[in-house]
Amino acid sequence: MGLTNELIKQKLTEKFGNELLNWDEQFGLLTFESSKEMNLKVLQFLFDDEILNFKFMTDLTAVHYPNEVGRELAVVYHLHNLIDNVRLRFKVFTSIESPDVFTASQLFSAANWMERETYDFYGVNFIGHPNLKRILNVDEMDYFPMRKEFPLEDQTRIDKDDEMFGRG
Amino acid sequence: MRPVRFNITPKEAKLSDSLMVSELPEGHIGEGFFATSLDKVVGLARKNSIWPLPFATSCCGIEFMATMGSHYDLARFGSERVGFSPRQCDLLMVMGTIAKKMAPILRQVYIQMAEPRWVIAVGACACSGGIFDSYSVLQGIDQVIPVDVYVPGCPPRPEAIIDGVMRIQDLVQNESLRRRGSEKYQELMNSYGIE
Repeated sequence: MGLTNELIKQKLTEKFGNELLNWDEQFGLLTFESSKEMNLKVLQFLFDDEILNFKFMTDLTAVHYPNEVGRELAVVYHLHNLIDNVRLRFKVFTSIESPDVFTASQLFSAANWMERETYDFYGVNFIGHPNLKRILNVDEMDYFPMRKEFPLEDQTRIDKDDEMFGRG
Repeated sequence: MRPVRFNITPKEAKLSDSLMVSELPEGHIGEGFFATSLDKVVGLARKNSIWPLPFATSCCGIEFMATMGSHYDLARFGSERVGFSPRQCDLLMVMGTIAKKMAPILRQVYIQMAEPRWVIAVGACACSGGIFDSYSVLQGIDQVIPVDVYVPGCPPRPEAIIDGVMRIQDLVQNESLRRRGSEKYQELMNSYGIE
């Protein structure tokens, strides 16, 4: 019998009790969240435990929820157990005023660039990251383009007026 | 049954229709000599020996590959020698989306080219940013370097690219030899912050 979502949830609840919240299972993908201070403890446990064995970080990104006051930014970790071929999703939420989250780059080397990307687009400040600077956008950029308050379209375009398309 | 033939009514080939033969510039002709002004000779020579530097970043570059291929054959216009070193090329062909992060590199390539140099912006993205009205895409390469000819289209057909190159040929042929040293040209360069 391989590693099931029930077993993962049972093992995590044994270790962390009520600190892990919002258990969910969408399309068979186990999802849960914790407080942002707990993120490294949870990741380390998932990495070290002999049964859980989540030793591969497939993705790390963020989501901006402007309406959820106090927990606007979600940092999402996708982990993969390569032996049992099981994946899970782990989220921590942080306020946008102090978007400080501990870095996972000591545990997963893959997190290094992905955290830089997340910083680049959402401005999440990963505490302890060895080289937290922009990776994809130009260095001179002075905002975080994936945050909802910034319009997607470039405000400098002048040729996209409705008049140009006969809709004015 | 008629055997398959493409030219049922073959046309007599005329020498003057050939792209291989250039028109004689204005001048005085006599037995054993031909006299004309220097800039006409220089224009004629430059026009038919443009070395393009392809700066192809996306799908318009694929159309350029077709343009260089045997079917459309840009070589007919004296541009078969595609150079990949900016210092040896005359015509910078920018084909495709230029991200803001790519803009300084494009500028650097332009600065590295020796005078006289021309620039052709191929496709909607290079001309204006195209559909990529976004935080990451340069809204037209004319924000960082001066452009001589714009080729619209998304992507433009090879015929359109060839038409753009022919417009460049017109510019090259008719350009005054003093233009690149003029104050107005200096002003243009300074407006882009070059030199």
